[in-house]
Amino acid sequence: MTTTNDILHKAAELRGTLSSGFRDEIVKSLYSEAEAIKKRAVHSKGKTDYDLDQRIDRILTSPILGLPLMLVILAIVIWITVVGANVPSNMIATALFWVEEQGASIFNAVGAPWWLTGFLWHGVYRGLAWVIAVMLPPMAIFFPIFTFLEDLGYLPRVAFNMDFLFKKAGAHGKQSLTMAMGFGCNAAGVVATRIIDSPRERLIAILTNNFVPCNGRFPTLIMLGTVFVAAAFPPVYASIAAAGSVVAVVVLGIFFTLTVSWALSKTILKGEASAFTLELPPYRKPNFLQILYTSLIDRTLFVLWRAIQTAAPAGAVIWILANINLHGVSLAQHVANFLDPLGVLMGLDGVILLAYLIAIPANEIVVPTMLMVYMGTGMMIELDSMDALRTLLVDQNGWTMLTAVNLMLFALLHNPCATTIITIFKETNSRKWATLSALIPLGLGFVVTIATASIARLMGWV
Amino acid sequence: MSTNFPTEHCETCPAFTQLEQMGIDLEKFDRVIALAGNPNTGKSTLFNALTGLKQHTGNWPGKTVTRAEGAFEFNKVRYKLVDLPGTYSLLSASQDEEVARDFILFGQPDCTIVVTDATALERNLNLVMQVTEITDKVVVAVNLMDEARRKGLDVDTRSLARDLGVPAIPIVARSGEGIGQLLSTIADVIDGNIKTKPRRVEGTPEFQHAVNELVPMIEAAAPGIPNARWLAIRLLDGDATVEAALRDGTLNELVNRQQRAGVEFSKKMAVDGRQ
Repeated sequence: MTTTNDILHKAAELRGTLSSGFRDEIVKSLYSEAEAIKKRAVHSKGKTDYDLDQRIDRILTSPILGLPLMLVILAIVIWITVVGANVPSNMIATALFWVEEQGASIFNAVGAPWWLTGFLWHGVYRGLAWVIAVMLPPMAIFFPIFTFLEDLGYLPRVAFNMDFLFKKAGAHGKQSLTMAMGFGCNAAGVVATRIIDSPRERLIAILTNNFVPCNGRFPTLIMLGTVFVAAAFPPVYASIAAAGSVVAVVVLGIFFTLTVSWALSKTILKGEASAFTLELPPYRKPNFLQILYTSLIDRTLFVLWRAIQTAAPAGAVIWILANINLHGVSLAQHVANFLDPLGVLMGLDGVILLAYLIAIPANEIVVPTMLMVYMGTGMMIELDSMDALRTLLVDQNGWTMLTAVNLMLFALLHNPCATTIITIFKETNSRKWATLSALIPLGLGFVVTIATASIARLMGWV
Repeated sequence: MSTNFPTEHCETCPAFTQLEQMGIDLEKFDRVIALAGNPNTGKSTLFNALTGLKQHTGNWPGKTVTRAEGAFEFNKVRYKLVDLPGTYSLLSASQDEEVARDFILFGQPDCTIVVTDATALERNLNLVMQVTEITDKVVVAVNLMDEARRKGLDVDTRSLARDLGVPAIPIVARSGEGIGQLLSTIADVIDGNIKTKPRRVEGTPEFQHAVNELVPMIEAAAPGIPNARWLAIRLLDGDATVEAALRDGTLNELVNRQQRAGVEFSKKMAVDGRQ
C-alpha cells in the first residue's frame, strides 16, 4: 500500500537527483519551443496597420496626456448624458404621473377605500414611476457609450494609465482594472479582484472598490449635478457645470481609493506591491448590435429591474411610514426628526438619512425614496419637471448648495449596497472584512460631510 | 431554434445545419468540452456562438473569472461547454487560474478547446503546450483570423498542428467562420478518428526517470486519478498546493467534486450570465 507520505518522500528524494534549475529549464524550453513553432507557422506580409494601434496608444497611454485625456473623455460622456437625458426624463415623468392621476381617480370612482388607493398609487406606483423617470434616460444614454468604450478596448488603457499610482499606494497594479470594473458595478468589481493573486492586495482591492461610483449611483450624481450644481451657473454653462461636478466626484472617488489603499497597506494590510504584467489588447471594431444588447438588456434593464424590485416595496414602506400617525405626526416624520440633528451636522437632513436607510438594498433608489418622504410628509405636489423638483427641495425643504454637494459626497462615500456587502462576505468568507468594507466608507462619509458642512458654516457660505 | 451565423457560404455547408444552440438546457449531455485560452482571445464570444447564450463579452482581459456553462447539439450529440477564465499559465496560483487548472485536471472534459489569438500566437502557445502536458484530447482554435489578415499576417495552421501534435483550426468566432470545421474536428478527436500526439517536454534523462518512478505511486495512492504525469511533475517542482492536496486527501475529493459539480452550480452561473 503506497501512502501519500511515501510519495512525498520519494518526490523529495528524486528532486535531489535533478539539477537545481530544472524548472527554469522546462519553462525556458517551453518558451523557445513556442517561439520556434510560431516562426514556422506565421509569416508577415509586410505592410500592416498594427502601427496605427501603437500610435494611438502612444497618445492615449502617454505619461503626460494619458490621465488628462481620460478625464476629458469621461467629462464628454457625462456631458452627453446630462444634455440628452433631460427632455426624455421630463416626458416620461409627465406620462407616468398622468397615469397615476387616472389610476387614482378610477379607484376613487369605484369607491375603493382611501388607504388602498394611497398605498397602491401614491405609494408603490409612485415609487416605480420615479425610478423609471429619473434613471431610465441617463442609463439608456450612458451605458451604450460606456459599453462602446469597453468593446473598443479603452478600459485596459485606463488601467494602464493608473497602475503606477496603485503601486505607489502599496497595492497591486491590477487593482486599477478592478476599480474600472467597479464603475460598472461594485459587486462585479469585487468578484473581479480574483485576478489579483496576492491575498493582501486582493483584500485592499475589495475593501476600496466601493469608492468609485457604480452605475446605480451615476444617475443620482447626474441628477444632483443637473438640478443643483447647474442651477448655480448661467444657463449657457449649466450642462458643463453639471458634467464637471460629476467628474469631480469621480476624481475624488479615485483619490479616496488610492488614499485608503495606501493607509491599509501601511497599517492592517502591510506589505510590498508585487510585480505583474498588464496586457493591452488590440483595439477592436465594436459590434454595434452586441453593444446595444449588452448596454440595454444586460445593463440598463438589469439595473432598472433591480431598482424596480426594491423601489416597489420601498414605496410601500414609505407610504406606510408617512401615513401611520403617532401623536399626530407620521412615523416617517418621527424617524426623520430623530435623525435630523446628525443629518444637519453633516450638511444634510433627517429625511436624506432615512432615505439612505431605506435604500440599503439598492443605491439606485436613494433619490426617489427621498422625494417620496418629502412629498409624503410635506405637501403633495405634482413633480413633472426638474424645475418642480428644485421647487420642492429648495423652497419647501430648505435645500442649499451645501445640501446638494454633501449629498453628492455622501452618495460617493457610504456603505456599499446589500448585494456588494454579501458579495464581499462570499469572496472573503469573513464577517470581519465584510463589516469593515461597510464601515470604512461610511465612516469616511461622516467625516468628510461633517468637515465640509463645518467649513461652509464657519466661512458663512450657507 | 435557428442559428445566427452568416448564411451566404454556410447554407451549403452541412455542418451548420447540424448545430443546434441549446442555451442552458443542461439536463442531458453526452460529452463535456472545456474552453480554455489566454485572456481576451474570444473564448466567451465562441461560447456564445455555440450555445446561443449571452455571456457578457468585452475587449477586456480577465473578464471571465468563474466558469460558465452552456449546451449545444452537433450531429445529434449533446455537448456541455464549460467556459473557463482566461489564463496565461497553469502554473501560478491566482484564483481564476486555479479554476481553469482544476477543471482541466480533474473535471475530465472529453475534449479541451484552447482558444488562441492568431495575432499573438507565441504567447498563446505556451498555454497550449501546458494544456497538452495534462491531456491528449486537445483542439487548438486559432481565433481572430480576420484581425491577423488585417495585420498582414499569414497563419499556417497546418504547420501549427504538425508542430503541436494536435489539430489547429482557423476560426473567426465573431462571424462564425470555421466553427463547423472546429466542431467536426472535436467530434473526431473524441471518437478517436483523429489521433492526437501532443509534443511534450522531454527534459533530461534524470527528469524522465523521476517522472516514471512517481507516476505509478500516485496512481496507486489515488486510483482513477487522471493526469498522474502532470501531478508527478508538480511534486518534483515542489508545488505546495499539490503537496497539501495529496497529504490531506483533498486531491481525491477534488477529482470527485469536479466531476459532480457540473449541473446545479453551472446552471446558476449560466442563468446569471454575468460575473
